[in-house]
Amino acid sequence: MSNSQRISLQEDLTIYHVLDQKQRLLDTLAQADEVELDLSQVAEMDTAGLQLLILLKREAQKAGKKAVIIAHSQAVRSVIDFCNLAAYLGDPLVIPAQESN
Amino acid sequence: MDELTSVFVQESREQLAEMEAGLLRLEQDPHDADNINAIFRAAHTIKGASGVIECGFIESFTHKVENILDKLRNGEISVSGPLATLLLECCDHMGRLIDVLEAQQAQPPEDVSNQGEALQVRLTDFLSATEAPPAEEPGAMPIEHESPVEISGGGVVITDGWHISVRFGPNVLRGGMDPLSFLRYLASLGEILGMETIPDSMPEAEEMDPESCYLGFEIHFQTRASKADIERVFDFVQDECELRILPPNSKISEYLKHIEELPEDNMRLGEMLVRCGALTQAELDEALRQQAALTNNEDAGITEGDATEGHQAPQLGEILVEQKVVQKTLVDAAVGKQAQVTEKKAKESRMIRVQADKLDQLIDLVGELVIAGASTNLLANRSGQTELVEATSILSRLVEDIRDSALQLRMVQIGETFNRFHRVVRDVSKELEKNIELQISGGETELDKSVVEKIGDPLMHLVRNALDHGIEPAAVRMATGKPVQGHVALNAYHDSGSIVIEVSDDGGGLKKERILAKAIEKGLIQQGYNLSDQEIVNLIFEPGFSTMEKVSNLSGRGVGMDVVRRNIQSLRGTVDVTTQEGIGSTFTIRLPLTLAIIDGFLVSVEQASYVIPLDTVVECIELNDQPDNKHYLNLRGEVLPFLRLREIFGIEGEIPFRENVVVVQFAGQKAGIVVDQLMGEFQTVIKPLGNIFKHLRGIGGSTILGSGEVALILDVQALVQHCANQEENRKRNAGHATRLLESR
Repeated sequence: MSNSQRISLQEDLTIYHVLDQKQRLLDTLAQADEVELDLSQVAEMDTAGLQLLILLKREAQKAGKKAVIIAHSQAVRSVIDFCNLAAYLGDPLVIPAQESN
Repeated sequence: MDELTSVFVQESREQLAEMEAGLLRLEQDPHDADNINAIFRAAHTIKGASGVIECGFIESFTHKVENILDKLRNGEISVSGPLATLLLECCDHMGRLIDVLEAQQAQPPEDVSNQGEALQVRLTDFLSATEAPPAEEPGAMPIEHESPVEISGGGVVITDGWHISVRFGPNVLRGGMDPLSFLRYLASLGEILGMETIPDSMPEAEEMDPESCYLGFEIHFQTRASKADIERVFDFVQDECELRILPPNSKISEYLKHIEELPEDNMRLGEMLVRCGALTQAELDEALRQQAALTNNEDAGITEGDATEGHQAPQLGEILVEQKVVQKTLVDAAVGKQAQVTEKKAKESRMIRVQADKLDQLIDLVGELVIAGASTNLLANRSGQTELVEATSILSRLVEDIRDSALQLRMVQIGETFNRFHRVVRDVSKELEKNIELQISGGETELDKSVVEKIGDPLMHLVRNALDHGIEPAAVRMATGKPVQGHVALNAYHDSGSIVIEVSDDGGGLKKERILAKAIEKGLIQQGYNLSDQEIVNLIFEPGFSTMEKVSNLSGRGVGMDVVRRNIQSLRGTVDVTTQEGIGSTFTIRLPLTLAIIDGFLVSVEQASYVIPLDTVVECIELNDQPDNKHYLNLRGEVLPFLRLREIFGIEGEIPFRENVVVVQFAGQKAGIVVDQLMGEFQTVIKPLGNIFKHLRGIGGSTILGSGEVALILDVQALVQHCANQEENRKRNAGHATRLLESR
């Protein structure tokens, strides 16, 4: 039984939306074994959003499930980079060629 | 003297004062570790700073003092009376050395250096009493061998970056602040070499409120900014976050302390520190191994896992010291210094140092401004242009405000002056073998800086007198059923434009017969004079009066009280004494708040104007049909003595049809001053009269009116006294034909 669900977040991962997003992410995680998170449309992420990602990862790990971020927007990537959390979150960060230098 | 040295002198004086206060507290509470640390820090700071300005003699002496303080702090020696006395003397000596430096002498003069050597010998005695005997040569400097560093590896963490640890409070996000933006701002101050995000305090999914902040960060940071700058980054969330900053090259024990203080698991935190580059793995391993070893040794029953938890090993820093990995002084000094730096920074941001001259100049200018303002006012009133009058009245209100704030600048609390007497009381009561406690109240009362400076000596005299003559020896106190401990109290408060300082004791009080006998013996009065109690008591203020049979080295040279009175009078103040035999005496000093500017009440006699200080004016009434020879009137059933300025100053001319009485009050006594005309309130700057007029009675100074004329400022105190004396004279003349003792 390996059902995987994909969520694509459209709004910003900021304090204004985290309440709804938390519910949505956790609900999805409860129903599926694997959650794929597409953050490519997230234009902004703040500390609250970052916390949410950390929470999702932790909960997934606890439940023996998987939560994978399959796409990062530049904003998300820069926050994760800045906080040195790439290893902790464990998702491959794809750096677009034109930004790599 | 270069700037650095003068700053050193000033700051060292402050440190010395702190040290002295600490030492005095030490006697009361010998086990107050914080206090001992504070004393040590003060000495240490002086030593360090004297090293910086390359003042060898202060540094070497302070070093000795610091050594003994260090022993004290480590509990190797305990606080005793002689030790405290010795340390206080060392304090005094350091003060003298600073004087030497201030006088720009290269070396202390011989007597000072001899004193220093004598003190050092005594210090060494104290030290050698505690030192392990065989290793040390007596008289040598045993200090050099103290707590040698056997291993220095791992003592200092090899990193040149700051370590910043921050835990944000839950409400930060809701407050509209984003921790990330603070950190980004931080990054703009320097370079973040490594940063670890600590999400450990995030609760379970259900309880986790996505709008609360649970994150913490450990940051390894390289910057040239100061600690204060770093702290400022977090100013906005100051109350909401826990911030710890370790400066570059901190001791490993500080990191350990840091690890222990944080809520997270020690191992995990240690890893974090390694990962963000603050510590190397070796350094961490070493520290944690020692920590674990210690815990296991002490408490063999607990498991390895528990052993790594902070609360099981609270003394971690100390074990490092014991193992001689880190020198204790280094650790403590570093920690202490850090705390001090923050404290000082905080203090400095609130206080600025200003040269007293500049302040005086400002006051002078404000004084001129007041005069110029008064003149403008006068002209405006004369011109009759409403708009101009209005404008000038606003102007004069502002000038008044400026005057008040300018004077406020010079106001200082009297508490500092009072606190100096703790030491005096302690020393004197030791010397006299009396048990005396000093009680201070009203220390927050403010008065002009120049007054505070000049009041010190008279106060000293009064306090010493109270200690020496006032408080009886313990045996006498016991016999009379008083508590053995005597009390001397200093109190200050504001009272109608003046400040009142009281020095009181619960001693034997002044003995009137003895005062009387003494005064007769000294020829101050003649036998058979009939003096009121108050007059007898006031005899102690006469020159050449001293009742103590035995001349002690404290007081009793007979130059005391008259000097006190003269000093206080030169400040336009008064001193009074009330006493009750067997219960105690109270000396009351009454001083004007400021010496420079007063609110005055302008009156005139014939063509001349006079200013009466407004604080003393109670009311004004009209003088109705008074016969010329009577000098009192009925003020609502009260007898009010009055005097005519006309008579006192010998002004000739026609007495006008209507005269006015200004009722003034000073120190509880009321009197009337009869003048021709009342001209209203007037703000005035006191200009001292020249030396020629020094002995003029009844005039306190002069001022310049808006019209450019000179007006004399009346000395209400003298006039009121004159009135009262006249009254007494008349009373006495009615009874005995005695001459009133010239009160001055």
